[in-house]
Amino acid sequence: MDLSRDQLLYMYRMMLTIRRFEEQAIEFFTQGRIRGSMHLYIGEEAVAVGVCSALRLEDYITSTHRGHGHCLAKGARLDYTMAELLGKATGYCKGKGGSMHIADLDTGNLGANGIVAAGVPIATGAALAAQYRGTDQVAVAFFGDGATNQGVWHESLNLAAIWKLPIVYVCENNLYAITVPAREALSVTDVAERAKSYNIPGVVVDGNDVLQVYQAARTAVQRAREGQGPTLIECKTYRYEGHYKGDPCVYRSPEEVRQWKETRDPIKNFATFLMEKGGVSPQVLDQIQWEVEAEIAEASRFALDSPEPEEENLYEDVFVSC
Amino acid sequence: MREITYLQAITEALREEMQRDQDVFLMGEDIGLHGGIFGATKGLFQEFGPHRVRNTPISEAGFVGAAIGAAVANTRPVVELMYVDFTMVAMDQIVNQAAKLRYMFGGKARVPLVIRTQQGGGRGNAAQHSQSLEAWFMHVPGIKVVVPATPADAKGLLKTAIRDDNPVLFLEHKLLYGTKGMVPTHDYTVPFGQALVMREGQDVTLVSYSYTLLKALQAAEALANEGVSVEVIDLRTLVPLDLPTVIASAQKTGRVVVCHEGHKRCGAGAELAALVMEEAFDYLDAPVQRVGSLDVPIPYNGNLENKVLPQAEQIIAAVKAIL
Repeated sequence: MDLSRDQLLYMYRMMLTIRRFEEQAIEFFTQGRIRGSMHLYIGEEAVAVGVCSALRLEDYITSTHRGHGHCLAKGARLDYTMAELLGKATGYCKGKGGSMHIADLDTGNLGANGIVAAGVPIATGAALAAQYRGTDQVAVAFFGDGATNQGVWHESLNLAAIWKLPIVYVCENNLYAITVPAREALSVTDVAERAKSYNIPGVVVDGNDVLQVYQAARTAVQRAREGQGPTLIECKTYRYEGHYKGDPCVYRSPEEVRQWKETRDPIKNFATFLMEKGGVSPQVLDQIQWEVEAEIAEASRFALDSPEPEEENLYEDVFVSC
Repeated sequence: MREITYLQAITEALREEMQRDQDVFLMGEDIGLHGGIFGATKGLFQEFGPHRVRNTPISEAGFVGAAIGAAVANTRPVVELMYVDFTMVAMDQIVNQAAKLRYMFGGKARVPLVIRTQQGGGRGNAAQHSQSLEAWFMHVPGIKVVVPATPADAKGLLKTAIRDDNPVLFLEHKLLYGTKGMVPTHDYTVPFGQALVMREGQDVTLVSYSYTLLKALQAAEALANEGVSVEVIDLRTLVPLDLPTVIASAQKTGRVVVCHEGHKRCGAGAELAALVMEEAFDYLDAPVQRVGSLDVPIPYNGNLENKVLPQAEQIIAAVKAIL
């Protein structure tokens, strides 16, 4: 592993940031400050952080309905992201998108998406644009296990394979497509097996181990950047919350959830790794935790204090005015 | 000016825009060496190569989605969908993605994407290759809808579409490809949202576009021989819509008939009739009439198909009904 101590601590900090951000979002949701549907990433932080740590700022990602983690890991600001969740004028989408549609083109994030698998062809197209323009940018499409049953998912992998596009397909297999267990909905045990149909590499990693995810992503990104085409990475992971905030989770046992939380938590396990193998003292991790708490508090204050969008801007941004 | 076909006008627009702007490239089924199933990209593969004239798999949702991603990532793709009926295969991409990205991202994204396709009946292509679906797309905020009727407009409007930073659905008509008209030789564009009064008249206004415009002009000519003075308007683009030109004409004639090949039920004519009533009710001497295809799938048999598609006779009858 070629990661410096700073990079390792950055990964820890970012995973913790995503988790604390979402815990705060749950509070706002419970208070009725966040409307509509909100899909939480808690438990899956290692995937976004591991993959985005292998990317450059100018590389592209497309995200999913469960998108807060990708957005922050790619470099979005906490304050604008939280403001968008609260529907404020200062949010990334001026309050017009909300939790499910956050995009930040300055950090290469082409957006979260409310339609399962819809970001996959969009990322494929971003990779096509990179190839067409002769840049060495790479695109990453994040998606869940459920998305791999959609037609456009298969169409996209085929396109990327025949055109050797610079893209990495990252499956977050959290075992359930809304409420349906993956074993009932997938024709394969591992999503990665589907790579064979498209004659591209498919690898399985422990999605709760940020270093494993990073390692796989780094190899795939390098391959893409060198013009060797796409890779499919399947990250086995788990979401602690339901599909959406408020999901009663009748499809899985509390025992299963407890086991994942206790034995496979990506943040807790990485903290142990850092202390046992990385020579990081508990004080350093505590310090990071306090800093993260303070950043979340500041972003939340910003979001709460921000103005509501004006009605007069309702018709703005339907079209680029020419 | 010289006389060329509608199809040649389309090819010229593509060629000139590709010469003008390196970011413009073409994607679609059989558009490469074959030159497109109707021949719209003939010669372009030889001129610009496989990099810029890109054959795709038969994978409409996939390549329309990819074109959206490419458009957001600083290129200007022009996609050919072989038949408008195939937009249905890519509907999520067009409606939920292309039309909405900019708005739901708070103005962050630009989607300079053109989807060229052709629609309409009259050739015996039957129910899945003959529809006119412009009304579906007019309903969705965020996508422009262009419906040229003449070679000059086909070229000028396509150039405008390619230079536009928004998603544009460019609807050609299969029976217009062989029609001829005078087209300027210099570089020109036709702006969106400017209807054209094709023929001036006093008694009644025919509002039309695309192939049905030719039938409206035939109807106007026949009615003129009977002493009825008909004004004919070509809308040219449905989104944006040049409502003021329609309203001004309605105020002048007091009678309006909207004619198109889309089905009558919930067709573009329903929207136009409602707009005319909202904006010019006091000027109307009769209810607004609509002429469209009958509300059945387009049949294969030639006699049946002719009955379903609007003909000049139905337009004449609609005019006479309100004189």
